Amino acid sequence: MHELAITQSVVDQISERLGGARVTRVALEVGRLCGVVCDSVRFCFDVCTQGTALGGARLEIIQIDGRARCRDCGASFAVDDLLTLCRCGSADLELLAGQELKIREVEIANV
Amino acid sequence: MCSTCGCAEGARAVIVNPEGAKATSAHDAPHAPDHHHDATRAYEHSHPHPHLEEQHRTIRLEQDILAKNNRLAEGNRGWFAGRNIFAVNLMSAPGAGKTTLLERTIRDLGSELTISVIEGDQETPRDAERIRAAGARAVQINTGTGCHLDADMLSRALRALEPAPRSVVMIENVGNLVCPALFDLGESARVVIMSVTEGEDKPLKYPHMFRAADAMVLSKADLLPYLEFDHARCVEYARRVNPRLELFTLSAVRGTGLDAWYEWLRRRGAS
Ligand SMILES: Nc1nc2c(ncn2[C@@H]2O[C@H](COP(=O)(O)OP(=O)(O)OP(=O)(O)O)[C@@H](O)[C@H]2O)c(=O)[nH]1
Ligand SMILES: [Mg+2]
Ligand SMILES: [Zn+2]
Repeated sequence: MHELAITQSVVDQISERLGGARVTRVALEVGRLCGVVCDSVRFCFDVCTQGTALGGARLEIIQIDGRARCRDCGASFAVDDLLTLCRCGSADLELLAGQELKIREVEIANV
Repeated sequence: MCSTCGCAEGARAVIVNPEGAKATSAHDAPHAPDHHHDATRAYEHSHPHPHLEEQHRTIRLEQDILAKNNRLAEGNRGWFAGRNIFAVNLMSAPGAGKTTLLERTIRDLGSELTISVIEGDQETPRDAERIRAAGARAVQINTGTGCHLDADMLSRALRALEPAPRSVVMIENVGNLVCPALFDLGESARVVIMSVTEGEDKPLKYPHMFRAADAMVLSKADLLPYLEFDHARCVEYARRVNPRLELFTLSAVRGTGLDAWYEWLRRRGAS
C-alpha cells in the first residue's frame, strides 16, 4: 500500500512548510497514469491527519488526464492507461502528462 | 511520526548487519550528509477569492509529493557514481526467485565481480543469511509493515554495508509488484523478475512495474514443460508495456540461460 507512504509524505511536507498553521483544505494533483489509487489516498488521509494541524481538512484530488507522444511517428494523443498503443501500432510512447503527483495548494485558517 | 525527517514511527525500517550483529532503527544512526531538510519557505500570497470565507488563505505549494525520496535517491545515485558502483534494484512478486538468482549469480561470478547485497523483506534476516552462505556480504532491511524500500532506507543500509569501489550492489526489494515501482532508490538499473508460474499476462496486469524496469528476468524456466505458459506471448506483452525492456529467460536452479544475464551484468557493471 504505497498510498499510505504517499499520504504520510503529503502530511509531513505540509507540516514542514507551514509549521503549526491549521489547514482546512488540501488540493493534490494526481495523474491518472501514476499508479496511485485516489480512494486509498482519501482513506489514508483521514488516518494520517488525525491529531495533526491537518486534522479535519478537506481533501481535494484533481485528476490529470494522460497524454503521450509516439517516439516512432511523433503523434501525440490522449491515453487512458499504460497499455495504449499509438495508431501507427507503436508501443514506444513518451508520457507527456498523467504521472503527476503533487501538492497543488493548501488553505489555512488565518488567525 | 518524526517531525525532523518525516519517518513514520509505525513503519520504521530496521537494518540488520549480520557482520556487526547490530540492529539500527531509523534514528539510532546519524543522518547521511545528504539527508538534510528542505529549508525553502512556502511561497505565500493571499488570494482575495470572493468565494472563500474571509478568514481562509490559500497557499500555492506546487510541490512534488515524492520530492524528498527523489532527492535522497539522487544522493544515493551520486554516491554510487563517485565509487563506480553498479547498483541493481531487483523487484518481483513474492517468491519469484530473486534470492535464488542472487545466490547462483554470486557463486558463478564471485571470482570476477565483487558483489554485495542489500536484502529487503518485511521480517526476518533469512534472505541475508542465504546470501552470506553463498559467499557475499549482505545487509538486511526489515521494513516491518512497509511494502517497499525507499531511498532513505537504502542510504542507511549502504552505510552499514560499505560496498567496495568498482563493485556491484544488488538490492532485493520487498516482494511486491506495485509499490516499489514508484520509489526511486538511486539505483543504476531496475530489473523485474517474473517466474513462468505467474502467467504470461503479468506485464499487462502490472504495467507500472514493467514500464519502470530496464530489464526483465523470466525465471524458473525449468518448469516450462509442466505449464501452459506461452513464452512468445509473454514477451509480446512485456514489449507492449515497455519496448526497451531487455529480456532474459533462465533457470537459476538448472543453470540454463544464465550467460546472457551474466553478460549484461558484466557489461553494465563495467560501464
Ligand atoms: N523450479 C525452480 N524453482 C525455483 C527457481 N528459482 C527459485 N525457485 C524456488 O522458488 C521459491 C522462492 O524462491 P526465492 O529465491 O526465495 O524467491 P524470492 O523472490 O527471493 O522470494 P521473497 O524474497 O520471499 O519474495 C523457492 O522454493 C525456490 O527454490 C528456479 O529456477 N526453478
Ligand atoms: Mg528473497
Ligand atoms: Zn506512432
